[in-house]
Amino acid sequence: MMQFIHKYGSPKYFYQWSYGWQRWLTVITVLLLGFGLYQGFFVAPPDYQQGESYRIIFIHVPAAWMSMFVYMVMAVSGIVALVWRIKVAEIVIGESAVIGASFTALALITGMLWGKPMWGTYWVWDARLTSELVLLFLYFGVIALHGAFEDPRTGAKAAAILAIVGIINIPIIKYSVEWWSTLHQPATVAKFDKPSMHISMLIPLLVMALAFKTYFMALLFARTRTEVLAREKNASWVKEVVEQES
Amino acid sequence: MTPKRKQRLIFVMVLIVGFGAAIGLALFAFQKNLLYFYSPSQIAESEVEAGQMFRLGGLVVEGSVVRQSDGITTEFDLTDTAGSIKVSYTGLLPDLFREGQGIVAQGKINQQGVFVAQEVLAKHDENYMPPEVAEALKATGAKHPASIPKTTIN
Amino acid sequence: MKEFFDMGGYAFFVWWSYGIVTFVMVANVIVAKMKRKRIFKQLQELSEES
Repeated sequence: MMQFIHKYGSPKYFYQWSYGWQRWLTVITVLLLGFGLYQGFFVAPPDYQQGESYRIIFIHVPAAWMSMFVYMVMAVSGIVALVWRIKVAEIVIGESAVIGASFTALALITGMLWGKPMWGTYWVWDARLTSELVLLFLYFGVIALHGAFEDPRTGAKAAAILAIVGIINIPIIKYSVEWWSTLHQPATVAKFDKPSMHISMLIPLLVMALAFKTYFMALLFARTRTEVLAREKNASWVKEVVEQES
Repeated sequence: MTPKRKQRLIFVMVLIVGFGAAIGLALFAFQKNLLYFYSPSQIAESEVEAGQMFRLGGLVVEGSVVRQSDGITTEFDLTDTAGSIKVSYTGLLPDLFREGQGIVAQGKINQQGVFVAQEVLAKHDENYMPPEVAEALKATGAKHPASIPKTTIN
Repeated sequence: MKEFFDMGGYAFFVWWSYGIVTFVMVANVIVAKMKRKRIFKQLQELSEES
């Protein structure tokens, strides 16, 4: 396990193996997005209660899932960075924070645009919406801390601690709709054997969720690769890479 | 694992557990403030003081919706299947407002025991299906999986 | 066709949602590409100096 972390986390080796992954994930993302959007707009029927407006679910729910998934990726790399001092993990904290913040903002915005026609309001301060907003501020905090120090490694350590402490917000978001009374409805896809959704609507939702996940991974690889080069600018392998690719 | 790393790992564990416990206790202490709305049966148990502004959530009782002659005032009964309370609201209702549907209203209880709402929001459930499937479910007499707003505090 | 874009009267909410999501996701990719270009330029200058 430790050997694995050290091997795949070495800047040079990471830069090599991540290239293929980034390529393929990009291709898969485009295919999945095309299929998911086609299914979501042309195959899935309107909802019996909400009519056509429910189609926002195909981007709202994947964005909300990603807001939490990316946070976990960020927090785990925070632990790896703090305990094993892996440089690539330190970089991943900052890069995933930016992507996670954008997913969180998208979940909030699409939720507001869905809430207005259905609930009758853009925003309420119920436990689900409030905890998701807290998540956005946690991301902002991590981004700010990551860049607040002269030495990027000190910044990464500070950001890692905030990211780890903020993990507590993830179960709060997830279970807020069960623990407290909220305006937001409970989860539709809570149990995989029996989701509360017709199969024709469930397929585009899951395809879009997968597309968002591969999009995130491709983008994270791309951003991290660039940052690895920038941090290792004096290493000889970086000079070789620059010569080869230019 | 080197002792140094072990030490750091323990630090991380303590950080997570300590912070988790602190937040957990705080949420437990403020549990009631985190409720977005109360249910009709909680009102019957007089958990809310008279004249106090609060939110009330429940299902609109089928057949109870009455439009007043002024055209914009609506009266209906709200239930959580255990208790029920009369609600009066003057204003535009959201698209999803219909009999049997969950709503959350904000307002006060007047002397006649009627909840006078200033705002009514629709609360939809987590079920999504095509209209034909919903019709078929109704036709076979299967109980429609309507959402009963959760109100109990454990 | 018109019916499709009308989204049962919810066109404003549906299309703004999809529009904003598309904008942010595309912008994320463009920003990443621009940064890569910028870093490469810096690295090239660095290797030319030495």
